[in-house]
Parts: sequence; C-alpha cells; structure tokens
Amino acid sequence: MVHLKDVSMQYRSSGTLAADNLSLDIAEGEFVFLVGPSGSGKTTIIKLLTGEVQADSGELEINGYDLRTIRRRRLPALRRTLGVIFQDFRLIEDKSVYENVAFAMHIVGASKREIRERVPYVLKLVGLEGREKRLPQELSGGEQQRVAVARALVNSPRLIIADEPTGNLDPAKSLELMLLLQKINELGTTVLVVTHEKELVNAFAKRVISIENGKVVSDRTGGYYGHEA
Amino acid sequence: MKLNRFAYLLKEGFLSIFTHGFMSFACVMVIVACLLIMGVFSVLAYIVDLNIDNLEQQNEILAFVEEHLPEDEAREIGARLEAIENVKSVEFVSREEAMNNFVSQYSEEDEEMFSDLTPSVFRNRYVIYMNDLALLDRTDEAVKAVNGIAETSAARELSRGFIALRNVVSIVSAILILILFIVSVFIMQNTIKLATFSRREEIGIMKMVGANNAFIRCPFVVEGLILGLLGGAIAFFLIWGVYSFMCNKIATGMIASILVIPTFSSLQLSVLVVYLAVGIIVGTFGSIIAIRNYLKV
Repeated sequence: MVHLKDVSMQYRSSGTLAADNLSLDIAEGEFVFLVGPSGSGKTTIIKLLTGEVQADSGELEINGYDLRTIRRRRLPALRRTLGVIFQDFRLIEDKSVYENVAFAMHIVGASKREIRERVPYVLKLVGLEGREKRLPQELSGGEQQRVAVARALVNSPRLIIADEPTGNLDPAKSLELMLLLQKINELGTTVLVVTHEKELVNAFAKRVISIENGKVVSDRTGGYYGHEA
Repeated sequence: MKLNRFAYLLKEGFLSIFTHGFMSFACVMVIVACLLIMGVFSVLAYIVDLNIDNLEQQNEILAFVEEHLPEDEAREIGARLEAIENVKSVEFVSREEAMNNFVSQYSEEDEEMFSDLTPSVFRNRYVIYMNDLALLDRTDEAVKAVNGIAETSAARELSRGFIALRNVVSIVSAILILILFIVSVFIMQNTIKLATFSRREEIGIMKMVGANNAFIRCPFVVEGLILGLLGGAIAFFLIWGVYSFMCNKIATGMIASILVIPTFSSLQLSVLVVYLAVGIIVGTFGSIIAIRNYLKV
C-alpha cells in the first residue's frame, strides 16, 4: 500500500534535508500515527505521498503508483485513490456542505444518481445529517473537519491521510474526530494520521512511527508517542 | 468528458460569476474600457481613411483627344479607355461642354470677356477616374498610348500627397491600435489574474482531491468567456451610443459639409463581430493564462 525505502529529499530553496534515507511500509487496513516535533519532516512525507514534491532518491510506491516514474498528468489518478484531510480543513467557502463533498465525486465523473445516494450516506456517517445546506463558515471547527473527512471518504479511497487533523480542534472534538477515523478504519480504509499531539496518540493503542530530522527513529505497534523505539 | 460532468462544469463557471460578483464586475468594466478606447481609435482611423479615399476619388486624368478627330470618332475612344486596367470610369466632355465649364468658372460680369469664344478653341476630352491612385503613372502611360489621345494632364503632386497621407495614417493608426491592444490585453490579463488569485486556495483543494487540469480550467474558461462576451456587448452598445451622439452633433456643424461621416449602421456588424471576438479571446485566454501558475501543484 505505502512503501518508502531510503527516501531522501532536500528543499532547494532552504537547503533543509526533510527526508534522510527514510524507510517505512504501511499495509492495507492499518491505522498508523506518524508523529514527531515541528520541522521533523512529517508534512514532507505527506507531500511526497501526494506527489506535491518529488524525492531526490529512494523508492516510493503508494496504492500501486511508483512515484519515481509517475507522470504529472497521472497525479490526479493517484490522488483519487487517497483522501486527504488538512489541519485548516480546506473547504471551499462559497459551497455548501453538500456541494463541498459532492464536488469530489464530480471530479471522478460520478453520475448524479451516485452522488445523490453517496453524499447523504457519507454525511450521515460523519454525523452531519441536517447540515447539508450550511456554508463552512456557519459550522464549528469540529463540524468543518467532519466535512473534510466526508469529502476525503466519499470516493471510497484506499488510504486516508490526515495532516494534523486536530490542530484546530479542542480536546473533546479531537477525540471525537479520532474515533471517527478509527470507525472509518474499521470499515476497511487504511488511515495515516500525522500529528504531534501526544495525549491523543496515547489514547489509542495503534502503530506509531516517530520521525526526527527526516528519519524514522521509532516504529512500534501499540507503542506510545515519546517512548523509545 | 461525460455530458453530466460537462454540464456541472458549465454550471460551476456560470454560478462563479455571481459568487465572485465584484471581481466579475471589475473584469467586465476593464474589458469595456479597453474595447472602447480601442474602438474609438479604430473608428476614427476608419473615418480618416474613408475621407482620404473620398478625396482620392475626386482625383482624375484629363485625356485630350486629337484635334482633327470629329466628335463621333472621339466618342468611340471611350470604350478603349474604359478597357484600361485601373480605370474605374470615363466621362466624355465635348468641346461645347468644355467651353461652358471653362466660362462658368467666372462671374457673369467676366463672362462677357468670352463672348467671342468658340468651342473650336477647346478639344474634346475625357475625364478618367481611377481605382487606385498609386497606379496613376502607369494608367497615364496607358491612356497616352491609346490611338486618338493627343496628351494627358494629371495632378501628380496632389496624388502623391494623398498617397503619402494615407500611408502615414495607416502606419500610425496600425501602430497605435496595436499598442492599445497589447496594453488592453495586459490590463485585462492582470485583472483576471487578480480575480483568480483569491481562488488559488480553491484550485489547490481541487488538485488535492484529484481534479485534473481540464476539470479545474473549464469553469474558469466558461466564466472568462461569458465575462468577455458581456464586456464586448456592453462596449458595443456604448460605442453605438457615443458614435450616434457625435454624428448628431457633427451633422449640424460645418464639419458635415467637409467630412464624410458614415452612419453607425454601416459599421455595426464589423464592430459587433470584432468586439465579441476580442471579448471572447481575451476572456478565455486571459483565464487560461491567469490560472496556469496555480495548476502546477
């Protein structure tokens, strides 16, 4: 599903080595926390996985796409196999909750009937029934993040990548969101959560990969953030 | 692209005009302003050209028929003159008409001086009008070569002056219109860029969700096309109004007797087609160029 081997990547503009011979594998159906302090290289890993940046060296494979050889015009196809959730939600402000989720289905060419059936189902799954016509600014942070989860989920991706999804949420909402992601994982979707929130990671007995200075320093199933590898 | 998806993208582009109302308004106004400036200048250049053309038409070659030829034979030459390349029309002027024309240039009191004048002093002649004044010398040579024509007379200096004036006007107006067009495209492109700048986040989201460039571009192109068409149409009605207003003002003044001012109806189809075409091109390509940078994610 996700295979990174000896991946290195340096930002040309700043000279920062964001990934340093980094290797990790994530299997189908796993729930993984990717943790580490700010500037450790977590976001770069996400950018590498979504094709936003390219590695200088190493092997990168995700959902069957080889990121070393993938052509730019094939990136949309790769991204359709992923569901990405961001800290700042990234919803389109002038579209309603329903439209924000539905437009992800329009992108993959879904029919009107499929959209009419699937979107209400996903909104119900994330607990946003009755909020379909609201605009993002009319929702709380937690609700906005659930819209983002619904959008990530609507095309049944093989992998959901959540980049600091709880960064703008209070602890209660954060826990709620993590429980939602856990539920999605139980339904069969692989989930990769990038975070630096120790308490939250410790609340779930999941696989935790720790990154520091662009390297994997610990990888333990059922491990806890901050504990040694 | 599926029909359903295409309909969705068309709808998105159309709705976007209203959801980004202020920027849409700004784009349309910039397109209108630029088209108006260009249009006014182009129409002025056209009027100048038309008037030069009109003056040129009044320029002619006078071909004098040999004296020994009687009038009926002199009239037969007309067909041969008309057959010459670049000759638009010929007009036969008999000895009597030539005398009358000559005498009529003077006042009635002076006419008494010519009481003893007889038509035999004058020659039968042809007034020859040309299609292209630039070919005057060649046409004059061809006229002289016609059997029965004794000599010709043409205002060469005047015709050279017209040709020079037309060339200057053509070059100056072409350069100015080109500069105005480039400036207009630049202004419009920057306005569209500004309008799309606020939507770079939206484009980024679309890219991240897996939209390809065509899917992202399509609503922007539809939006640009509609705004361009709207700008072109508004500019057309404005220039129509301004032109008609100016024509009414001029019609009552001295200028009307000197200048040839065409009615707007003779120009409106060309102006409409050019305005709509420029509106569509600028709106569509302006959008494509403006979002190009945001698509490189």
